[in-house]
Amino acid sequence: MINGNLKADYGADERVLNNRNKQLFVYGSMLLLALFPLFADDYAVLMACKMGILLIAVVGINVLTGYTGLVSLGHGAFVAIGAYSTVIFSNLFSGLPAGILPIIVVPLAILVSALVGIIVGLPSLRVKGLYLAVATLAASFIVKFLIEQDLFAPWTGGIVGIDTPVPNLLGWELDTKREMYVLITALAVGTMLAAQNLFRTRVGRAFIAIRDRDYSAEILGISLLRYKLMSFAISAGYCGLSGALGAYFFARILPEQFGLDLSLELVAALIVGGMGRTLGPLFGVVVVLLVPEMIKITMSGATGGSLEWARYTAPLQEIVFGLLLVFFLLKEPLGINQITDRILRSANRWPFARG
Amino acid sequence: MLSVSDLHLSFGGIKALQGVNFEAKEGEITGVIGPNGAGKTSLFNAISGFYAPDKGKVHFDGEDITGITPDKRASLGMARTFQNIALFRGMTVLDNIKLGGHTRLNTGLFSAFKYFGSARKEELELRRDIEERVIDLLEIDHIRKYPITMLSYGLQKRVELARALAMRPRVLLLDEPVAGMNREETADMARFILDVQEQFGTTILLVEHDMHMVMDICSHIVVLNFGQQIASGTPAKVSKNPAVIEAYLGAAA
Repeated sequence: MINGNLKADYGADERVLNNRNKQLFVYGSMLLLALFPLFADDYAVLMACKMGILLIAVVGINVLTGYTGLVSLGHGAFVAIGAYSTVIFSNLFSGLPAGILPIIVVPLAILVSALVGIIVGLPSLRVKGLYLAVATLAASFIVKFLIEQDLFAPWTGGIVGIDTPVPNLLGWELDTKREMYVLITALAVGTMLAAQNLFRTRVGRAFIAIRDRDYSAEILGISLLRYKLMSFAISAGYCGLSGALGAYFFARILPEQFGLDLSLELVAALIVGGMGRTLGPLFGVVVVLLVPEMIKITMSGATGGSLEWARYTAPLQEIVFGLLLVFFLLKEPLGINQITDRILRSANRWPFARG
Repeated sequence: MLSVSDLHLSFGGIKALQGVNFEAKEGEITGVIGPNGAGKTSLFNAISGFYAPDKGKVHFDGEDITGITPDKRASLGMARTFQNIALFRGMTVLDNIKLGGHTRLNTGLFSAFKYFGSARKEELELRRDIEERVIDLLEIDHIRKYPITMLSYGLQKRVELARALAMRPRVLLLDEPVAGMNREETADMARFILDVQEQFGTTILLVEHDMHMVMDICSHIVVLNFGQQIASGTPAKVSKNPAVIEAYLGAAA
């Protein structure tokens, strides 16, 4: 039972973790993340890295779709731009000392993604909802198409993909997955905190205002042009960072990794986790990446791992996952964040009525 | 302070405004009245920048603002409320009111990412200002953490006024502030409007159907009918004007 919620100054009242249950949850999770690589096996570390990379992109799309209310089905393109920019700039500046290369290349990749994000965001000033989703869909196809062209193959590797560099942070070569885990987790936590901070200030509030009622936002002095494009730039920049980490994490990147599937996966993760909530992307990513793995393991266990059956179980996995998502969203349309909210609320009231 | 001159606005064949002329004097409450469809809300939308008038000018503090966008008018010090409440339903009362402070704050993107430091300082100053100047005045301290959807209609109207006040406006446009309220809520709202005028010296322009309230608190009244301005003057003068009586009650048989 949290008995009373008394504050002596506005600073205390403006804290995000304003009761001990929230603090316990967040600090406890951070501690677990820090201890994770010490006891986890290679497979768990690999999955955690994949989740971290996807998480950064979903946090980005949460800023755009969850908070600003602009739906995009083209954000896979920005992940691609981030990944390919990292490889291209690394090759371009290969004369620089290896230790400082990522510190220059990654911000550049984020910047390129953000700039392209602004261009892709331009239609949002005229069209909303489904129409905007279709307009952004084009980005996904155009970027993939350009990467695959023979004309750009000397830089992008074309349809067969390109080898990626090993990141080196001031002499620390991150050549194992466990080392990458440290970098990815640190950045994922950092970017989530940054996104959370955004919504404690005028910038984030302006985004929510545009989502909830755009003409009312305008009357309060919020320039729709400026903030819609800013939202696109932020989300594209986040996706760019995600792509850059992906490029460092995987030994080789291929254009087909960044197709429509990825764009849809980002949006699906956001919807399942909870739109417009800080922790929504985290829950969503865990579901979107872990549940299919669990289905796979269960099915191969049930069939005894026979290759004969794999022909049938492979498509069945996708169908089961799809049905699970549909069923879940019918039960919990606001996502997993809604469930955790309920748990936290009843924890605050324990041992009295839940509600 | 705020003046419109020879304002014309039409939607296709419908002439919503035909030559409206008046001035809202500094620090005074000016009322705009008229039967349904007289063009009151169209007038407000033209003043706040949602509609571009076909002809005529809107001047704010001597400056011609006819062609500028609503968000720029807000930065100049113009605030408004809407007839059908336009609050942000996904946010708490406090966040809605904080949005009123948007134009007065300077936090940029990167200090927002960081939060601690200049952004936090600015946010806490805003919070203090809102608490002490607006929430206290409008007596909404008990609901400040509530989501908008939990509030009654009358309280939502009051929160919308609070959000407008957080802008520290020089001119406040109120579109039917007491529509649909009972007598007690109307009396409260009238008291708040008078408090705002007295404490902040805000110039107020309001559209309202509640004649008792309009006659009681306005010092100047403009009457519209079918887009035309049929009368203008003090409440006492306007209420005796035969054209106004005819517009409201019909001509004597």
